[in-house]
Amino acid sequence: MTSITSWGRLRAAEHSVVPLSDRESAAQVISSARRPALASGMQRSYGDVSTNAGGTLWDCRGLDKFIAFDEQSGVLRCESGVLLRDIQATFSARGWMLPVTPGTAMVTVGGAIANDVHGKNHQSYATFGNHVVHLTLVRTDGDVIECSPQENPDWFSATVGGLGLTGVILTAAIQMKRVPGPWIDAEDIVFESISDFFELSDASEAEYEHTVSWLDVTTDGGRRGIFTRGNPVAASTPEPRETRLTFPITPPASLVNRLTLPAFNRSYFRLKATRARRRVEHYGSFFYPLDSIGDWNRMYGPKGFYQYQSVIPRRDAEEATRAMLAECSQAGAGSFLGVLKTFGDVQSLGMLSFPEAGVTFALDFPEHGEQTEALFARLDSIVRASGGRLYAAKDARMPRDMFERGYPQLERFLAFRDPGISSELSRRLLGS
Amino acid sequence: MTNPIARIVVVGATSAIAQHTLRAWLAGRDASAHLIGRSESRLASVEADLRVRFPGSTFSHEAVDLIDVEAIERVADHETANGDPDIVLIAHGSLTSQTDSQKNLRAASEQLIATGVSPALWLEAFADRMTTGTLAVIGSVAGDRGRRSNYLYGAGKGLIERVTQGLQNRFEGTDLHVVLIKPGPTRTPMTEHLAVAGARLADVHLVAEGIAHAVTRNKRVAYVPRRWGVIMAVVRSIPAPVFNRLDL
Ligand SMILES: Cc1cc2nc3c(=O)[nH]c(=O)nc-3n(C[C@H](O)[C@H](O)[C@H](O)COP(=O)(O)OP(=O)(O)OC[C@H]3O[C@@H](n4cnc5c(N)ncnc54)[C@H](O)[C@@H]3O)c2cc1C
Ligand SMILES: NC(=O)c1ccc[n+]([C@@H]2O[C@H](COP(=O)([O-])OP(=O)(O)OC[C@H]3O[C@@H](n4cnc5c(N)ncnc54)[C@H](OP(=O)(O)O)[C@@H]3O)[C@@H](O)[C@H]2O)c1
Repeated sequence: MTSITSWGRLRAAEHSVVPLSDRESAAQVISSARRPALASGMQRSYGDVSTNAGGTLWDCRGLDKFIAFDEQSGVLRCESGVLLRDIQATFSARGWMLPVTPGTAMVTVGGAIANDVHGKNHQSYATFGNHVVHLTLVRTDGDVIECSPQENPDWFSATVGGLGLTGVILTAAIQMKRVPGPWIDAEDIVFESISDFFELSDASEAEYEHTVSWLDVTTDGGRRGIFTRGNPVAASTPEPRETRLTFPITPPASLVNRLTLPAFNRSYFRLKATRARRRVEHYGSFFYPLDSIGDWNRMYGPKGFYQYQSVIPRRDAEEATRAMLAECSQAGAGSFLGVLKTFGDVQSLGMLSFPEAGVTFALDFPEHGEQTEALFARLDSIVRASGGRLYAAKDARMPRDMFERGYPQLERFLAFRDPGISSELSRRLLGS
Repeated sequence: MTNPIARIVVVGATSAIAQHTLRAWLAGRDASAHLIGRSESRLASVEADLRVRFPGSTFSHEAVDLIDVEAIERVADHETANGDPDIVLIAHGSLTSQTDSQKNLRAASEQLIATGVSPALWLEAFADRMTTGTLAVIGSVAGDRGRRSNYLYGAGKGLIERVTQGLQNRFEGTDLHVVLIKPGPTRTPMTEHLAVAGARLADVHLVAEGIAHAVTRNKRVAYVPRRWGVIMAVVRSIPAPVFNRLDL
């Protein structure tokens, strides 16, 4: 048994880890594993979607081979444990990149599909699953299901965003996107109010592929922030060498607390504000600013932390965002990471995909027991009232009825579950 | 140079360390690589992966029984028929459970052959046919001193060390270089069980960069990561009465 914890480090639980490292033997290993089992990638999910306490975890990181790349069409076939980092590094200088990437490259293709992840360019490129053109899914009864938007389309839309519950994704084919190279023409703009954020978003979406905002949640009830936008650009600068720091230890208490947070936020704001300008930036620091600090999640101390990520339909988004900020401010619970971003209209293919047209807001909170739970309950009521929902990839605590109401295709999804697979999240939110 | 494209032959090419070493070499320059191993399907998927990563290089593969003497001779003949490869890397080895091997002589024999005898024969076969280039083999820190937890594996690695010493002596002053690599514990499928037990393992990517560098420089013996050179000097110097009481 191995102790495993997900990114939020809320709890560590024993798992029997079964490595998958070879696609020839994978189906055999999968069908003979002790149940219930669950596939796992890099454990970059924050809560319990990727854990299965007491059960089996199929560690897919060893399925790390590229299979083929078509230089004409840009379709990449690879095994599901390949890291997005390796895809970007291999192809960016050759003029291709992933069309959609989350805020860390340290995730697997399988994890990116199972949570149908989104990036800074949702308004133009939707989610990761929108660019997956084929999947091979292995079920615990030994069946192998080939699926795509055309072939077995129901299996495809159950598996994209399917939280790992429909089977193990063995291989995937991804339609890559043409880029001029590894560079982004990026710009940071300071905003001083939430309405400015909405105006900047509206004004930028047509002309900028990437937009995202960081919000200083601790100052003046959370109004000011940095709006970042960018477009791919050609440049002939040499690529930077990889630099990496690692957060060396878990401090005995969270370094993120009431005393340090305003200071963190203020200095970050000042740093960004004084450097706010247009620049040509490498995709690595533009897309993945936190990847240069290994294990930064340890900074929240031994109890771990939550991320609360909601999406609110556009109509009520501004009001709901203000209301959530007011709750945080009243609770005195600031967050270092407050990220605000608009989602576009393109429908996700997955039955349980999180993104929908509107505004998504993500906040990190150190675990403080009942106090944190009470704040979440108040945030929940704002999200419910405006018809929004929470992101399973980040969740460790949403009430079951909130999940049921937030995901109207849930009933349809259940028919595609693999009875040999279960996660802590599925036991909590689906009852098995 | 008439042929600027380097030719690399890798035996045990499905090993994680070998794959990452190839990646480190090919990131710097195009080459042609011939991949040898025991499993056709695994070799094919390694080759496909390398083709995607390095479209400027060329690849081929060949599955053979790595412990069959005739097969070793045939492959070595073929790979040296039209000139010497620039680099031959011999990377296979088998780390099975020491306690299983103690209880079962057949398992002990397989372990010694796969880790020691077979790589030694591959070394010998290429050494007899090459006059230029670099012949590199992956030993291990485990070959430096026998200890209860893995001495049969260590004995295989120690055997390789004696062979490379002999070859280095035999080819001193010629254009054929023999390199012995001794990795410390590294995170690969071979050490999955150690990782599960919480051992501190080096990143295979960094180890591979160290190997690529040492082989390119024709080092005689290279510990990777380098600190293992110091650690093993200490381990070798502990007097037996003390050493044997340690649980290593
Ligand atoms: C710093 C940081 C920034 C982030 N930014 C974003 C962001 O901008 N947008 C966003 O959407 N997300 C973001 N995330 C979340 C992250 O992208 C997702 O949680 C992602 O799914 C993690 O992938 P993983 O490989 O770590 O998978 P895991 O977390 O290990 O697993 C995630 C899910 O995938 C399933 N799974 C894994 N492999 C397979 C497989 N082979 N077959 C079937 N199911 C499988 C698991 O069962 C589980 O349900 C961020 C996370 C971090 C830490
Ligand atoms: N990882 C470490 O900590 C470490 C430390 C020091 C030295 N080494 C050495 O580094 C080399 C590469 O190992 P690795 O860590 O990269 O592990 P790996 O990925 O498990 O590779 C092991 C290699 O040896 C082959 N092999 C295993 N048993 C065999 C047998 N009985 N007959 C023939 N071939 C066999 C495997 O072939 P298949 O793919 O066909 O199974 C594979 O190519 C080995 O010589 C190992 O001893 C490793």
